[in-house]
Amino acid sequence: MSFLGSIARHRESLAAWTMVAPALLVTLVFALYPVLDSFWLSLHHIFVGIPSLGRSFIGLENYFNLLHDPVAHQALLVTLAFVVLSTMLELACGLVIALVIHERFRGRGLVRAAILIPWAIPTVVASQLWRYIFNDQYGFANLVLFGDRVTEYIPWLAYPGVAFMIIVLADVWKTSCFAALLILAGLQVISDDLYDAAKVDGAGAWQRFWHITLPLLKPALLLALLFRTMDAFRVFDLVFVMTQGGPGDATQVLQFYGYQTLFTEGRLGYGSAVSVAVFLMILSLSLIYLRAIGSNLLERRRT
Amino acid sequence: MNRRLFLALGIVSTVGLSLWPFLWFLLTSFKSQAEIEASPPTWWPSGSLSFYRAVLFDHHLFDYVANSVVVAGSTTLLALLIAIPAAYALARLTIPGKQGILAVLLCVSMFPQMAIAGPVWRLLDALGGLNHRWGVVLPYVALTLPLAIWILASFFKELPPELEDAARVDGCGPWTTLLRITLPLAAPGIFTAAILILIYAWNEFFFALLILTQPERQTLPVGIALFQGEFTMPWGELAAASVVATLPLIVVVLLCQRWIVSGLSAGAVKG
Repeated sequence: MSFLGSIARHRESLAAWTMVAPALLVTLVFALYPVLDSFWLSLHHIFVGIPSLGRSFIGLENYFNLLHDPVAHQALLVTLAFVVLSTMLELACGLVIALVIHERFRGRGLVRAAILIPWAIPTVVASQLWRYIFNDQYGFANLVLFGDRVTEYIPWLAYPGVAFMIIVLADVWKTSCFAALLILAGLQVISDDLYDAAKVDGAGAWQRFWHITLPLLKPALLLALLFRTMDAFRVFDLVFVMTQGGPGDATQVLQFYGYQTLFTEGRLGYGSAVSVAVFLMILSLSLIYLRAIGSNLLERRRT
Repeated sequence: MNRRLFLALGIVSTVGLSLWPFLWFLLTSFKSQAEIEASPPTWWPSGSLSFYRAVLFDHHLFDYVANSVVVAGSTTLLALLIAIPAAYALARLTIPGKQGILAVLLCVSMFPQMAIAGPVWRLLDALGGLNHRWGVVLPYVALTLPLAIWILASFFKELPPELEDAARVDGCGPWTTLLRITLPLAAPGIFTAAILILIYAWNEFFFALLILTQPERQTLPVGIALFQGEFTMPWGELAAASVVATLPLIVVVLLCQRWIVSGLSAGAVKG
């Protein structure tokens, strides 16, 4: 009996492995191997398009150069500013949206769909959209602010600080609803009894929000923060379409710098070092967040 | 009373802010060149279709749409085909090394695209996949697998195991059980995963930009990002092309809002 049982178990784990194998294969070839290869390439001097130069192993030299690269410093600062500003705004907007779509009212499904539209729009389209809104001659921003006083129209994207803020704005517009959905999932598990009890004790709406909703939302907020931070670190499409890193270096983010070194200049080794550095930053940040969230959250919470 | 006022205000402002920027593009797409260039620009279009005509006939919009349909469609099919058995095995069967597999998937979902871009490009160069639609489909599948597997596995886990146990007792192997019993029950989960993969593949820009350099092979996002006129920026054509690229997504969101909401929160909480 136990012999037959062990055969059945073997057959099951064999079937299980054939079920997982294709997924593992694709992941291995198109995600894991490339990451390791990026790391390996980052230890070399290597240029695309000039094979005659060959590739020479230079150890960590690319990383030392990266530490003294002023453009990389600027890109790091811009990226960090972007990450902090956009995630904070997205959490705030996401919280407001979540509170609205958590209420019961007629047409809630339609309102939820409307809020999902910025998330569903291709980022490239959203970028062109906001670029057009802040266009110096035909833009909606100028039209609303100055109407027919055409001479006062402002070339928004030509100012470094303003261009940066416009990219933040476009990102907040596009992704707040994603944060809202995660926060909504957190709102839905807060029991109504708590609010009723607080009401009996005479707590006002503001007090109930401050002392019940917000503390109980903390795990959901942290989770939204984790996802938005990882995503904000990877910002690329918005910068590519709206500013190409300019004016000056005002919107030069790390991903765009990596793209330029890798694919515009063909510096495969150095560009790989940039992208590996970004990857390591994201990885360590996520580990810190995950520790803060507590690993049991991922196990405990259902949909 | 106060509360209802606040709620109404919240609904109107969130919906308005969400929709208005795109509506402005929609209005622009129905204007004429003269209306766009008027100073100040006009608010309401006169209903001209000239920009749609221009993108369809002068800018080969149809080729971009066809490429996007093929890429998004095959990514979705292939990713589901691979993710469904993997998710089932991870949710229901005993696999040695399950924790390791889950950790790898979690890790992959955190990769910035740039960290794999150079090697993926070289790999596709070696395989002859550059400027082929399958050349973007394969990395898309790899990058959507983690989310698809998380969503599907969480749906599989919520199905009552009794039916599967009964099938097992009757002598069905894991594959038969999956295909005959579990799949029909898990249709909503599969649908959710399919929508999210479809939207990702339809919208993806970065890999498409790297891998598809010939205009006749490019997808809509690449076409829209690189859209340029000879002398001035052709905003009207751009708006029309953007509306064409976005309309299918709006239809999907209106029809499938419920699945998207549950899928995004499930995928996020699990992954």
